[in-house]
Amino acid sequence: MKKENTFMQGIVDGLPICLGYVSVAFAFGIFSVGNGLSVSEAVLISMTNVTSAGQLSAVPIIAMGGSFLELALTQCIINLRYSLMSVSLSQKFDRSIRLLDRFLLAFVNTDEVFAVASSKPHRVSRRYMYGLILTPYLGWSLGTLVGALAGDIFPTMLTSALGVAIYGMFIAIVLPASKKSRSTALCVLLAIALSCLFRFTSGLSKVPTGFTIILCAVAASAVFALIDCAKGREADA
Amino acid sequence: MSENFPIYLLVMAGVTYLVRMLPMVLIKKEIQNKFILAFLHYIPYAVLAVMTVPAVFFATSCIPSAVVGVVIAVILAYFERSLLTVAFGSCAGVFLTEWILSLLGK
Repeated sequence: MKKENTFMQGIVDGLPICLGYVSVAFAFGIFSVGNGLSVSEAVLISMTNVTSAGQLSAVPIIAMGGSFLELALTQCIINLRYSLMSVSLSQKFDRSIRLLDRFLLAFVNTDEVFAVASSKPHRVSRRYMYGLILTPYLGWSLGTLVGALAGDIFPTMLTSALGVAIYGMFIAIVLPASKKSRSTALCVLLAIALSCLFRFTSGLSKVPTGFTIILCAVAASAVFALIDCAKGREADA
Repeated sequence: MSENFPIYLLVMAGVTYLVRMLPMVLIKKEIQNKFILAFLHYIPYAVLAVMTVPAVFFATSCIPSAVVGVVIAVILAYFERSLLTVAFGSCAGVFLTEWILSLLGK
């Protein structure tokens, strides 16, 4: 039984993430070298950070010789959402995941890895999680290397098309969940409305992306969690 | 490699790792609080929704191709196709749209 929690199932579920990462990492490689970083610097950043928004925001700071405090603060704010994801993912782990695994898995707890693991109807195992993070990590590191080295060997049309892969995946996770639960659907709509408000309102659009994500997601989730509590029932999982 | 780069790397990787690792290592007990459980149920969907809209419409070289990509993704996701199918379908839609637009001379 338990085919769902095997290493192979993790690999299968990780492949679309890997696909999306290769294109984003590729773009990150081009961006870094364009900003004056070396190929090895770009690859080292990807191998040790594994974040998209965080890394993209760090490159200009490093390139312009910004302060270490500025770098630390940006990374903290932009990546703060991972704290929420780590807390949430922590609840999805089954007993096969030990302390040492947590130290390792936390390293590659990205938006997409988290999203896929959370979308599983059951708890996730150690083997599954290692399978899940393997190809995205490789795709992220190698994509950066290829992007930094090769610059524009890919035609723009191809990189442009690959750019939506990650969002396609997000839609594939959010939509079926919203179909099953009305309150999830409403929460998603509220989150989208807030996100658009922050993006298109002149004053609010200056709020850094990482911070916007935290604010909108926390607000929408808190509202619907409160409604659930008021109704006296748990969210339909 | 520039002189300060190793320190920059250490700072950014260190902060990013701590932000991810501390909650995962420290919070291991099962949470019982109903509000927190409901909140954690909604969080992933809310985060993904916020990251997708409106950013997806600016992720390709032009908005029309992104719209086609989103529409295809939504249709495939509604019929609960796999992540890979939805991602590929959406990419194919964008690619074809941009190809057609380029034939039409934009």
